[in-house]
Amino acid sequence: MLKNSSRLHIPEPGCRPGETPDMSHITVPPAGEVRRPAEDVDPAEIRDLAWALIRVLDDGGNPVGDWNPGLSADALEKGLRAMMLTRAYDARMVRVQRQGKTSFYMKSTGEEAVAVAAALALEYGDMCFPTYRQQGLLVARDWPLVDMMNQVYSNSRDRLKGRQMPVFYSSREAGFFSISGNLGTQYSQAVGWAMASAADSDSRIAAAWIGEGATAEGDFHHALTFASVYQAPVVLNIVNNQWAISSFSGIAGGERTTFASRGLGYGIPSLRVDGNDFLAVYAVTRWAANRARSGLGPTVIELFTYRAEGHSTSDDPSKYRPGTEAAVWPLGDPIERLKAHMIGAGLWSEDQHAALERELEEVVRAAGKESESYGTLKEGARIPASTMFDDVYKEMPPHLVEQRKQAGL
Amino acid sequence: MSSPETITAPRSARRLTIARAISEAIGQEMERDPAVLVMGEDIGKLGGVFGTTTGLLEKFGAERVRDTPISETAFIGAAVGLAASGMRPIVELMFVDFFGVCMDAIYNLAAKQSYFSGGQVTCPMVLMTSVGGGYGDAGQHSQTLYATFGHLPGLKVVIPSNAHDAKGLMLAAIRDPNPVIFMYHKALQGMGWLGTVQRSITDAPEGDYVVPLGKAAIVREGSDITLVGLGLSVHHALDAAARLEKQGHSAEVIDLRSIAPLDRETVRASVRKTGRLLVVDDDYMSYGVGAEIIASVCEAGIPLRAAPRRIAHPDIPVPFTPVMEHFVLPDADKVAAAALTILEP
Repeated sequence: MLKNSSRLHIPEPGCRPGETPDMSHITVPPAGEVRRPAEDVDPAEIRDLAWALIRVLDDGGNPVGDWNPGLSADALEKGLRAMMLTRAYDARMVRVQRQGKTSFYMKSTGEEAVAVAAALALEYGDMCFPTYRQQGLLVARDWPLVDMMNQVYSNSRDRLKGRQMPVFYSSREAGFFSISGNLGTQYSQAVGWAMASAADSDSRIAAAWIGEGATAEGDFHHALTFASVYQAPVVLNIVNNQWAISSFSGIAGGERTTFASRGLGYGIPSLRVDGNDFLAVYAVTRWAANRARSGLGPTVIELFTYRAEGHSTSDDPSKYRPGTEAAVWPLGDPIERLKAHMIGAGLWSEDQHAALERELEEVVRAAGKESESYGTLKEGARIPASTMFDDVYKEMPPHLVEQRKQAGL
Repeated sequence: MSSPETITAPRSARRLTIARAISEAIGQEMERDPAVLVMGEDIGKLGGVFGTTTGLLEKFGAERVRDTPISETAFIGAAVGLAASGMRPIVELMFVDFFGVCMDAIYNLAAKQSYFSGGQVTCPMVLMTSVGGGYGDAGQHSQTLYATFGHLPGLKVVIPSNAHDAKGLMLAAIRDPNPVIFMYHKALQGMGWLGTVQRSITDAPEGDYVVPLGKAAIVREGSDITLVGLGLSVHHALDAAARLEKQGHSAEVIDLRSIAPLDRETVRASVRKTGRLLVVDDDYMSYGVGAEIIASVCEAGIPLRAAPRRIAHPDIPVPFTPVMEHFVLPDADKVAAAALTILEP
């Protein structure tokens, strides 16, 4: 018989600042070993995939196994370009944040494939419900960088009219839902949107993203319940980037099981994928989207990746994790891996890569110049302050008309 | 962030930020009372996003300084359960703006635990959170929501304006048998990246002391007008009072320190003396602290020499960009201007 000796377990990460980073606890199965089930498979037959790791690119950059989406050279180049553009964009925006031209920024470095591959695997009309780290969706949908920068600068062309924090984009036209600072709320909204789409027999589906940390929020579980009950056409992505500000994934419940397996309790087919493998993310998203579009309901996808930089410009990761941890992350970098694949396939070269890097830097620089001509947080043109009383309600009530007058606006 | 015009804190070898004062108070009480523990997001290794738990993990270990999943509903609910079992949990919920997700645990469970158990079970928990804007974080990270919580029976609501009070109020809050919402303003917190009103950095005794909950402080004496503030707005009021003095007006400044309980008598006594009242709130205008203070004075039948006024945010979400945010948030200019309309009608 077991002794009566209950104790509290406090999850602790493997290593802390000052220690040698160690990721030997992460098992990386060989690429290509996970079977690709038919898109109309009975979810009960693929429960094991919630603990697998779907990978297409092997260490040599070769695409292997059933999940290889067999993308054209054009599609690969489009993906590479969008990931590189996202990274160049992030780099510039952090620089301008340090110059005081905006107050805050969040990079997606190391996680570009999560958003870019998904955007390319979805249809343009599909509705995205992102977190603040999926700027790659907008970039991959060819949304103008200038428009994104206008928001980050909160300048005279900011479509959010100076009201929202930097990177909290919202674009109805690009199918990019307003980002909320309160975590996890987008999951329930995505399911609601998908339910409406299903009720209208619309072919469009919804896709949502959430961090592994925020899966602890009630909204995540409520959304899974509804997605399952109504078989909503939605792709529910969990971006497991290992860190929620300073909390490692164990604090979010990652020690005992995978985040993908959360979906199984709700009867939702759930897949786990190498989030730094562009081809794998593309293939898995496509699989889930096809299921949703053909009336087979939701899919949960855990994207196993790594937040290579801080949470935002407001935190210092060296306080809670070893500075060199990113270097030992076993799944590499999504851009480097796709590049290696394309070079190996004879579709790309180091020279082309370097040329593209220069070109994209120039694209970002030019966009930055244009956007800054419309103002920055620090100086230049801005939306008139008097407009801040608009849109609180559809029509401005008398008390706000009065308060606006009192404010001298 | 606003820059203060005067520094009134005494010179001392020991000057604490509010963040330091809070973490010191918690640490001392954890040493004294083994029932005290801390839970929240990023409070362990990071020491709290706003520095309120700095050094506690190293001193007390992960069982008493618990990083939690991002699950406010669960950890606030769990705190209510812990408190019912005789523990004294201190939970940090990073931004008051995030209380929405776990509101039921706050206003239906914590606040009513004692009442609906016929007094058998109390809820001695402290829920600490950051409030306020001024640093460009927009409407989901810049609210204070003072009145929202002051409105709810069963909760105490504490808002320090300086480090000395922060430590004494925190010690009182932890020992209080009721749930206490402890709201610290980001502009006073002493975090480098946020900027800090220097006057909030003060001396504080190293030992044990409490600042009683529900007792306002007269932080500047005067005879012509009563300026009532809380948290950051106390500093706006003090800055304005210094300017008014140059114009020949003597302003008395009251720091409420807590709004539930609310020290109505200290305010009334001051207004009996000055005959003029301006409340400097830092929350939405309608149904706010300003209205409550003015009502408290009017209900007491205190004769006023001019109509009382309140400064607060207009009833709109706090916008991001500084050029707009500036119009929403109170500052010393607005306080001085409003005071003059009362003093020199």
